[in-house]
Amino acid sequence: MRARTAAGIVASIRSGEATATATIATHLAEIERTDGEIRAFLEVLGDLALEQARAVDDGEVTGPLAGVPVAIKDVLCMDGIATTCGSKILDGWRPPYTATAVRRLIESGAIPIGKTNMDEFAMGSSTENSAFGPTLNPWSTQHVPGGSSGGSAAAVAAGHVPVSLGSDTGGSIRQPASLCGVVGMKPTYGRVSRYGLVAFASSLDQIGPFSQTVEDAALIYVAIAGHDPMDSTSLPEPLGDPVGALSRGIDGLRFGVVTELAGDAIDPEVAAVFAAVTEGLGAREVSLPSFTHALSAYYLIAPAEASSNLARFDGVRYGLRIDADDTTTMMCRSREAGFGPEVKRRIMLGTYALSAGYYDAYYGQAQKVRTLVANDFARAFEEFDILLSPTSPTTAFEIGERAADPLAMYLSDLCTIPANLAGIPAISIPAGLDSKGLPIGLQLMAPALEEERLFAAAAEIEARIAFDAKPNLLGAGT
Amino acid sequence: MTITPDDVHHVAKLARLNFNEEEVARLARDLGDILQHASKIAELDLAGVEPTAHPIKLKNVWRPDEVRPSLTPEQALANAPAAEENKFRVPRILEVEDSEE
Repeated sequence: MRARTAAGIVASIRSGEATATATIATHLAEIERTDGEIRAFLEVLGDLALEQARAVDDGEVTGPLAGVPVAIKDVLCMDGIATTCGSKILDGWRPPYTATAVRRLIESGAIPIGKTNMDEFAMGSSTENSAFGPTLNPWSTQHVPGGSSGGSAAAVAAGHVPVSLGSDTGGSIRQPASLCGVVGMKPTYGRVSRYGLVAFASSLDQIGPFSQTVEDAALIYVAIAGHDPMDSTSLPEPLGDPVGALSRGIDGLRFGVVTELAGDAIDPEVAAVFAAVTEGLGAREVSLPSFTHALSAYYLIAPAEASSNLARFDGVRYGLRIDADDTTTMMCRSREAGFGPEVKRRIMLGTYALSAGYYDAYYGQAQKVRTLVANDFARAFEEFDILLSPTSPTTAFEIGERAADPLAMYLSDLCTIPANLAGIPAISIPAGLDSKGLPIGLQLMAPALEEERLFAAAAEIEARIAFDAKPNLLGAGT
Repeated sequence: MTITPDDVHHVAKLARLNFNEEEVARLARDLGDILQHASKIAELDLAGVEPTAHPIKLKNVWRPDEVRPSLTPEQALANAPAAEENKFRVPRILEVEDSEE
């Protein structure tokens, strides 16, 4: 199937070459054709999407993204529409409000076409932790799409939608983007409102776009980003012009390759593709020593924050309730029945790390490592404008391969975690394929608030790489 | 780093989670492994390093104390497993010790 970009769809609807209704119908047909196997979607919003398409065609709805179908990770609330967060504890829950990021997309004319599968409560790197079964990688259905936003990544890779929304706490947009051969971007912490994003780790979570092109990622980013009074961690700084910056080029930009995210930590085929790209950029090595401890710090901070955020799922006000004679027993039974094993493991880890006697040694220390990571980035960004690494140490692993080994699974986030700890923006773009035909991603990182620079560099490198491989999905459609 | 079954039971009580004995054993092992990995952090000398709770420098974001549109009681109760007289209905609340499973 000919890959359609959001920019292309907008242009073709504006010129009258296509209608929004026909566009939505085509994408719904493609979902129908292959999603039985890929399972990117938990729910397809066919009627709603066609209704909104008609509103675009009737001229009632306009905007810079008018008519663009978009998939929404099921961790984002839409008023009256089932939102599960990949969990049985919220099976059937209908939020009474819509997330700001989703509302802004709708106001710009984009059309949510479905809610996508994910690791339960965004905890995972493979989408195997979904209570509703895994999503498969469109490049090879034996392999994982990555996680936790695996459904949103796969939906773009499979051509179900040109763009989708995911969330990224330790790499949950960038890593699946890398494994699925698409673009995935995490903004500076605070650039995109978290109102309506079901919280995993409140100091790390950010919403961001998946797309086939850097241009489309920038278009979605500017549509959703910007201050929101409903999120007190939302930044007031203006966005600048990331879309205009796309054609800026990389003249004068200094590229650094992070030493700690190279070498033995990275699969040799991934390292080879990465080296080929970075050599052409005149990149030099730079060491950020705190990165050695970044993974450990994250796996104390994130579960600690999650143990607090997930305390609300107690069967009292919403979600699954298993009855009992007393409230405490009811809460325990509801959480036992509703949460999956990885979520329980992380809640336990976080509760332990915050409990009396352990708080300073674990959570307190991890917060100090976080300062070291931020300081290392600040120092590196004095000498370099963009930092580079592979997005993921490996290409997609097989379904089931790491599911029994939490530590092996956590290593998937080695390269992505530092950007979340420091709150800086980062993007993954497809850089090549390995010998099994599985995608390899390149990660770019920029200082906080420098999305213009990030998009400019990513667009230029994307053009140089000229990645044009496509997954062969059950025989290509039209 | 050894996590005992007693440790697991204590933390499970704090986290309002139930586990059978097999799960307790597996958690003791998994948490032990993860904390073993993370304990390298506990050993670092970071005296004098300020902790970072939050990546951005915003503080005390205020708004005027004015009533704004919010959920109606009906909307707030719409997903309630049990509701009565505009309240969430729950089973009786005991002292924690009385309710151990």
